[in-house]
Amino acid sequence: MTRKSLLAALIASAFAATGAQAQTEIQWWHSMGGALGDKVNQLASKFNASQSAYKIVPSYKGSYPESMTAAIAAYRAGNAPHIVQVFEVGTATMMSAKGAIVPVYKLMKDADEPFNPKAYLGPVSGYYTDSKGNMLSFPFNSSTAIFYWNKDAFKKAGLDPDKPPRTWKEFVADAEKLHASGQKCAYTTTWPSWVHIENFSAWHNVPIGTKENGMGGLDTEFKFNTPLHVRHIAMLGDLAKRGMFVYAGRTNQGGAKFTSGECAMMTESTGGQANVRRGAKFDWAVTQIPYWDDVKGAPQNAIIGGASLWVMGGKTNNAYKGVAKFFAFLSRPEIQYEWHRDTGYVPITYAAYDLAKKDGFYQRNPGAEVAVKMLTNKPPTPNSKGLRFGNFVQGRGIIEEELEAVFTGKKDAKTALDEAVKRGNEVLRKFQAANK
Amino acid sequence: MEKRVVFRSAWLPYVLVAPQIAITVIFFFWPAAQAVYYSFLLQDAFGLKSQFVWFQNFVDLLRDTNYLSSFRTTAVFSFLVAASGIAISLLLATMANAVVRGALVYKTLLIWPYAVAPAIAGILWAFLFAPSIGIVTYYLKWIGLDWNWMMHSPQAMLLVVVASTWKQISYNFLFFLAGLQSIPKSLIEAAAIDGAGPFRRFWTIVFPLLSPTTFFLLVINIVYAFFDTFGVIDATTQGGPGNATEILVYKVYYDGVKAADLGGSSAQSVILMFIVISLTVVQFRFVERKVQY
Repeated sequence: MTRKSLLAALIASAFAATGAQAQTEIQWWHSMGGALGDKVNQLASKFNASQSAYKIVPSYKGSYPESMTAAIAAYRAGNAPHIVQVFEVGTATMMSAKGAIVPVYKLMKDADEPFNPKAYLGPVSGYYTDSKGNMLSFPFNSSTAIFYWNKDAFKKAGLDPDKPPRTWKEFVADAEKLHASGQKCAYTTTWPSWVHIENFSAWHNVPIGTKENGMGGLDTEFKFNTPLHVRHIAMLGDLAKRGMFVYAGRTNQGGAKFTSGECAMMTESTGGQANVRRGAKFDWAVTQIPYWDDVKGAPQNAIIGGASLWVMGGKTNNAYKGVAKFFAFLSRPEIQYEWHRDTGYVPITYAAYDLAKKDGFYQRNPGAEVAVKMLTNKPPTPNSKGLRFGNFVQGRGIIEEELEAVFTGKKDAKTALDEAVKRGNEVLRKFQAANK
Repeated sequence: MEKRVVFRSAWLPYVLVAPQIAITVIFFFWPAAQAVYYSFLLQDAFGLKSQFVWFQNFVDLLRDTNYLSSFRTTAVFSFLVAASGIAISLLLATMANAVVRGALVYKTLLIWPYAVAPAIAGILWAFLFAPSIGIVTYYLKWIGLDWNWMMHSPQAMLLVVVASTWKQISYNFLFFLAGLQSIPKSLIEAAAIDGAGPFRRFWTIVFPLLSPTTFFLLVINIVYAFFDTFGVIDATTQGGPGNATEILVYKVYYDGVKAADLGGSSAQSVILMFIVISLTVVQFRFVERKVQY
């Protein structure tokens, strides 16, 4: 009797297992930790509840470079996930891997799902589109760099707390006043290359590299050692030497220095606002990044950071249908708006932006609109639609190394930028040779 | 009559050592051979396209001035880690050896850090000394010291040396303690009766008798500093600021794992392999002569 019931239970569970397998599982590797990870899980379960044929299984795979490395290694071993979230720096590497990835425009067309690149903000779609105007990956979380300032510190230094610096010249004057008022660290930054080379170039409508910042071909060369770049980096080096600019690291470590009140001004991603809101015990606000007002056409528009979703090759057609359905789900304006509202990333479609405006979100949170305004300030030019440099993980590492040499006073700005361009170009040539 | 145990069977000894040989081949020789093979290739990240480029990866490296300066950084780093690691653990071992009461507690506590993974050790020290939020940073500021290793390269070097050394002290301590306990008490007592003070006794009797242990630890510590410290560096400075703490093995890890440049990374590990092999040979040929067994 017991044996019989045990057998029955076994058979039943076996059937249950096959029943579950009829639902196609779709693996999604991402890098959204903490609160962002919860939001990702929420999106997945919302989609899973909306239909029964597919099941999205999100898994957190560590930092951006870690999940990209994991996906590449998994592909080499023959068990890649269906979807992987790759940061903007890895875009060129993914794009060149023809065969390893399925372009999103093709995925959506094959599955007969609606997909219109024009629905996305210019700097968002531009970043992930090939030279023929086809979108290769699915934009997911986009941010841009903005300027934070501590109003209380401004007041204490005798500055107008509602008048943040609009130009870099005003910025230096404000930094000096803040420093003189006893605010030792006037300014700090996060993501030095992204803010002070990549976004800086787009904001002033000058190229980071030739061939439309690498979008026009693999034979691109870096160009960020112009007198304008040298002047800007030399200004930062000078402030560092005088103790007004305190550098805190290559990722978002600077955020803690602003939040604690140690530094009065900061350049950081829009995504950093959640942490400042939680930790800052002073009055603060955000605005657009300063610019050099003698540069013609500045400010142009900002470029994005963040990540997009790539679809890996070698899976079944049925699974790809599920992925396309999931992307169609993610494209819905209300989902886009919800993501924007809850995470602090920018709304990446015009529809989501309109929805946020209609909902009065920006009246309640004026800071949330700064990033969208910076991205859509002017229609993007070849210098400001984004960048696509091969092996830019290494390339950005080189830029950051050289910038740090300036911040620590080891090299002058000209030497460091020349060296960064020279070393960066070697990385580009190597990538070109490996992908020809 | 011969006292040694001799295997009469022709094949049994080979069977008995086979597992060890298999492990060595699979985990040491096979990856090393793969590294040599990959160092001649130029591949894209996904391994879709592969070209045989002869010595191009090596030529690229030797032309890179930053790679060459990384040798100097590695030399400084390895010397500091090995020297301070050995000196501090010798001091601790000598003192722990002299403790009579609660010796076991001291010894256990001193051995403990060895169970900590390098990356964890790195995170731990990185937190303590974090420029923005570190607790030690806070106290250093309080006494008027501007601690920010993001801005001051020597501080960055100090941090990675301290974190790497701390990790290795337990291992060294264990060997020194064993070495100290095997020194016959009678020798030291005899010297004491002859009127030699504690310092004299240490330098003329204990230290020479410990020299085999010290030599062994020197080799091990240098290999540790060269190969096993990338976790510490990755968790703390990531080679920065600039390339002030970019040691050879960290660059291998960064280029291979993070930047997916397998050819360049393999070429570096081949070079590193030759350096460590020759360093070890040099140590055995020249330093070992001074060792008294």
